[in-house]
Amino acid sequence: MKNFKRMLALLMVAALSVASFSACGDEEQTTAAADSGETTEAAQEGGTFVIGGIGPITGPAAVYGIAVQRGAQIAIDEINAAGGVNGMTLALDFQDDEHDAEKSVNAYNTIKDNGAKVLLGTVTSTPCEAVVEKTFEDGMFQITPSGSSVNAICHENAFRICFSDPSQGTAAAQYIKGTLGLTKAAVIYDNSDVYSSGIYEKFATEAQAQGIEIVSAQAFSGADNKDFNTQLIAINDAQPEIVFLPIYYQAAALILQQSQKAGYSFTFFGCDGLDGVIGQLEGDAALAEGVMLLTPFVADDPAENVQSFVQAYQAAYGEVPNQFAADAYDGIYVIKAALEQAQITDPTMSVSDIGTALIEAIKTITVEGITGTMKWTEDGECDKTPKGMVIKDGVYTAITQ
Amino acid sequence: MFISYLFSGISLGAIYALIALGYTMVYGIAKMLNFAHGDVIMVGGYIAFTLSVTLGQSAWIAIIGSIVFCTLLGITIEKIAYKPLRNASKLAVLITAIGVSYFLQNLALLIFGSNSRNFKSLVSVPVISIGQVTIPGETVVTIAVSVLIVVGLLLFINKSKSGAAMLAVSEDRAAAELMGINVNRTISLTFAIGSGLAAVAGILMCSQYPSIGPYTGQMPGIKAFIAAVFGGIGSIPGAMIGGVVIGIIENLSKAYISSQLSDAITFVILILTLVIRPTGLFGKKINEKV
Repeated sequence: MKNFKRMLALLMVAALSVASFSACGDEEQTTAAADSGETTEAAQEGGTFVIGGIGPITGPAAVYGIAVQRGAQIAIDEINAAGGVNGMTLALDFQDDEHDAEKSVNAYNTIKDNGAKVLLGTVTSTPCEAVVEKTFEDGMFQITPSGSSVNAICHENAFRICFSDPSQGTAAAQYIKGTLGLTKAAVIYDNSDVYSSGIYEKFATEAQAQGIEIVSAQAFSGADNKDFNTQLIAINDAQPEIVFLPIYYQAAALILQQSQKAGYSFTFFGCDGLDGVIGQLEGDAALAEGVMLLTPFVADDPAENVQSFVQAYQAAYGEVPNQFAADAYDGIYVIKAALEQAQITDPTMSVSDIGTALIEAIKTITVEGITGTMKWTEDGECDKTPKGMVIKDGVYTAITQ
Repeated sequence: MFISYLFSGISLGAIYALIALGYTMVYGIAKMLNFAHGDVIMVGGYIAFTLSVTLGQSAWIAIIGSIVFCTLLGITIEKIAYKPLRNASKLAVLITAIGVSYFLQNLALLIFGSNSRNFKSLVSVPVISIGQVTIPGETVVTIAVSVLIVVGLLLFINKSKSGAAMLAVSEDRAAAELMGINVNRTISLTFAIGSGLAAVAGILMCSQYPSIGPYTGQMPGIKAFIAAVFGGIGSIPGAMIGGVVIGIIENLSKAYISSQLSDAITFVILILTLVIRPTGLFGKKINEKV
């Protein structure tokens, strides 16, 4: 009897460790990028300027890291084909962090060893909050394409391309009341995710200020969650005018499917995480009809720069890029613009000298990117306006009211 | 809307029950916890997905193909990973099982990528509406299949010769071997059945919650483990009832207590079961000889 108890206790520990180590995967990843850059060094007299990249290439968040790596690579290839920056060739050294703070710091040490002078990353917020402390110590210029939590860029050397979580929550509440004129909202958010709960908290505060009543706030835990029936039943009981989904598109696709199956007809409203929901529904795109979202990038935007990026991405990787790829693409062009503004021509300059120059340069430039026209404030936030989109006949269309 | 909550709980619970059956059978007979079981479910889902969506085969071919593949996979895993450790410590086997679990997850990551895919339901039973309550066809099928499988398994174990061999191995492996029972073959058979059931669970789970990714099997696997412990690990009716009860508790706690705490509540059940009644609802009290 005693033995049996002891064994079960052991098994419990094992069960928990399976759960907590779920994010682990294999260690070694892409170091080839830096090498391929070095081979072109001889051809270009200015030498190679190595941009470090960090993000999850394996593990449950891998979709974001892979998108960033690919988007950045496309920008780098374009820039190199057009003659580089100030005579220098760009190279990307992208390291895997498996969406884990500790591994991300290790990855940062690796890119430093590989000669990276600036950092594009990290992709996800939690690791970014750890790495920004290290880049600050070293004075390295850091720009995260998609780390949206406030503390991800808490130091003066760090900037971002995407919106911050609070700004999305605030913008969503203002949009729902101001533009759509609705006052009864329900929310489904992921309480295990900084992105989702960060937006929700700010949304709740702003909603109160705007006079929007949150009739039902439902949570779920983690991307593993597949069952939203209970939340949907509760929301249906509360009779909201709009359901706010500050979550990523995988969960949103399940919510749309289960909501339709249960016979509900809610109006859904989301943030940039919802981009990709049409692709995720794979053929059931009709389910997303009428879903609204605020986002800086849509792949169906007819603008010329957006379409040329989308086509290059599709040709290289056979899929439509999401906003993470777009943020990374813009991130590389922002680094290019800042390098030009600071007139850096020598890739052998020290990390902190380059950092100091770029930190000053980025605050003075305006970049026309595929995610909008970007300027940066003192605290590193990117100043651009989200576009209101609605899904009509399976494509994103700008909301006109 | 209590009835709606209850039904969505039962349908979730029926999935847990199907998964828990695999855990409980393997534990009852091989006396090991196969933590890779949840990932066999994921493999089952992916095979059905590949056959039905990518290769455009009919639902029945997808279902049968997936069951056959998982059965073979189960036997192979047992042969390669667990059989050499038959006489090793329980901890070694457990760690190997976790290793197999990671292996399957990363293999799926490599082959199918990290993006979760939209799974087309293989169940074409219409929605049933009773008054205000709507019950999706998948729910009905899942419950029916779970009950059929439990009855089938009980008949198999209690009436057939192989079933008797399983019972014997579960009671005393050494004595069973002395009586001429092929222990290795019996354990292989157990893994084959358990993994075949995992395929069924995977298909039904992915039909009900239409998405599949490399980590799909992980959380349901752990919840089903709780269900198996709660029902009494090693007991087939226990796994069924444990699964349904855990599903209902999870959904009702989401609805009436807090949607944020429902996972915590489920894990508290595991701890309480282990403290108050380690043998679970239906588990036999085991008198270990010292």
